Amino acid sequence: MSNIWIICRKEIKSYFASPIAYLLMAMFAVIFGFFFWNVVGYFVFMGIQQQAGGRPFPMNLNEQIVRPLLSNVSVIGLFLLPLITMRLFAEEKRSGTIELLMTSPVTDFQILLGKWLAAMLMYGAMLLVAGMNFLFLFIYGKPDWRPILVGFLGLLLQAGGLLAIGTFISTLTKNQIIAGAATFGVCLLLWVMEWVSAYDSTASAKVMAYLSIVSHFESFSKGVLDSKDIIFYCSVIFLGLFLTARSLESLRWRA
Amino acid sequence: MIKVEGLTKRYARTVAVDDISFEVEKGQIVGFLGPNGAGKTTTMRILTCFMPPSEGTVNVAGFDVQKEPLEVKRRIGYLPETPPLYPEMEVGEYLEFVGKLKGLPTAGLAERIKEVSEQCAVTDVFDKLISKLSKGYRQRVGLAQAIIHNPDVLILDEPTSGLDPKQRAETLDLIKSLAGNHTIILSTHVLREVEQTCEKLIIISKGKVVARDSMENLGSRLKGSEAVLVEVEPRNGAPLTAGDVQRRLEQVSGVSRVVGKGDDQRIRFEVESLQGRAVRADIARAVVESGWNLTELHPVSVSLEEVFLQLTGGSKQ
Repeated sequence: MSNIWIICRKEIKSYFASPIAYLLMAMFAVIFGFFFWNVVGYFVFMGIQQQAGGRPFPMNLNEQIVRPLLSNVSVIGLFLLPLITMRLFAEEKRSGTIELLMTSPVTDFQILLGKWLAAMLMYGAMLLVAGMNFLFLFIYGKPDWRPILVGFLGLLLQAGGLLAIGTFISTLTKNQIIAGAATFGVCLLLWVMEWVSAYDSTASAKVMAYLSIVSHFESFSKGVLDSKDIIFYCSVIFLGLFLTARSLESLRWRA
Repeated sequence: MIKVEGLTKRYARTVAVDDISFEVEKGQIVGFLGPNGAGKTTTMRILTCFMPPSEGTVNVAGFDVQKEPLEVKRRIGYLPETPPLYPEMEVGEYLEFVGKLKGLPTAGLAERIKEVSEQCAVTDVFDKLISKLSKGYRQRVGLAQAIIHNPDVLILDEPTSGLDPKQRAETLDLIKSLAGNHTIILSTHVLREVEQTCEKLIIISKGKVVARDSMENLGSRLKGSEAVLVEVEPRNGAPLTAGDVQRRLEQVSGVSRVVGKGDDQRIRFEVESLQGRAVRADIARAVVESGWNLTELHPVSVSLEEVFLQLTGGSKQ
């Protein structure tokens, strides 16, 4: 356990010692801030319109602001997550520090878990920025906090899966750009795979829609804890970390 | 301390290390010598549990590298060819990270870091970012990293590559000072360094051990003898042929072979004698007593370079 933490702390330090962490958080703050402003603006517009039209329609913060925003975060995440994981192993391989890690009395599993955990914490720091925006809803309104919590759990689980895949891809190359681009490609594919369900309902289309990382977020964004989706995300995390472990082992044989 | 038996490492198409066996005793400094691509780094990576062997057994400090890699790793300090440094860290911060990674308890870690930084002379860059360090300092930080957990075995892969002559000498002195407490394997392709530093030598070429001996033995091993260069002049213009001199030299006891090295102007011979017999005095007496002038007499040392080139199948330019 302590070994995992030693590695995790080192990774977090290097995120924050370089501009990466600040850049990611700033980019996230700007993009998410824009979405927030947008959604709240629309909400206010709808409110005024309904008052003027005299059609009383129940306005709901959770349904009309929180839910679309959480879905937005999950998509923004797809674009920013590769930037978190691309350096994890590629950088160590390029600079040769991988030899230090792999000849130290720690197991491969501890190394990869420490790194993945650091990536999760980095994403968590970005989510805090989103959380700050949500705070305004609590200052000026009374949203239900439970669906928001479930939504954030969903975001973490979804990111966990993608970060695990990104960590795996980072072990495959010495080049950060390649690792980042490949991860981005995979993330994008896992997102758009869902689109086939719009026009097709064959078995293969169903499988593709099921594998789409975004479709499983639906329930979380509604504030629903569905075991089916939790299991899906946990399986993706497990698969990603398992592949990373295998890849590290094969690195030892090939290196 | 280190026991390697029948070690073989195959990559997809090539055999990097082919059936190597050697032993290193506690406290020794062993030079691991060979041309580039001979399999030095591969062997070291197997010793440090970075990669597993294809065949054979490797035992370090009483533990098998395949069965108990964590125990081996705990007892080994490794400096790869490029020091494994994180440029975004400060030196002190880096040593703290490595110390913890190697399993040192937090209590006493600060003192240990101070100790190794003094030992490796990096105290004056302690608070600097590693990315700002010169090559020499980086190498020393790399060395500090390797010894921080006071390992039984130190494996250093070309610790002096890329350093200037002064840094080279300093690094070698530092390594020498570490011997005794640590068993050290040091790889290099610079012969002079091995001559200065190591007690024992393992020469490998094309993945095979071609020689394994102490420094002194290797030097004399090739010819099995010592050679002396002799130049003789006739005294007062008396006629003298090379043949006369050769016959006289061959009669000196202990001489095994006399090889002509002269030309039209000079009469020179390389006289080989049996190992351990200092025949220079006898040769000098024989020449003088024959009424000739002895103009030159000095031992011809067989340089390690020659041994190396002959063993590894290279040719001297």
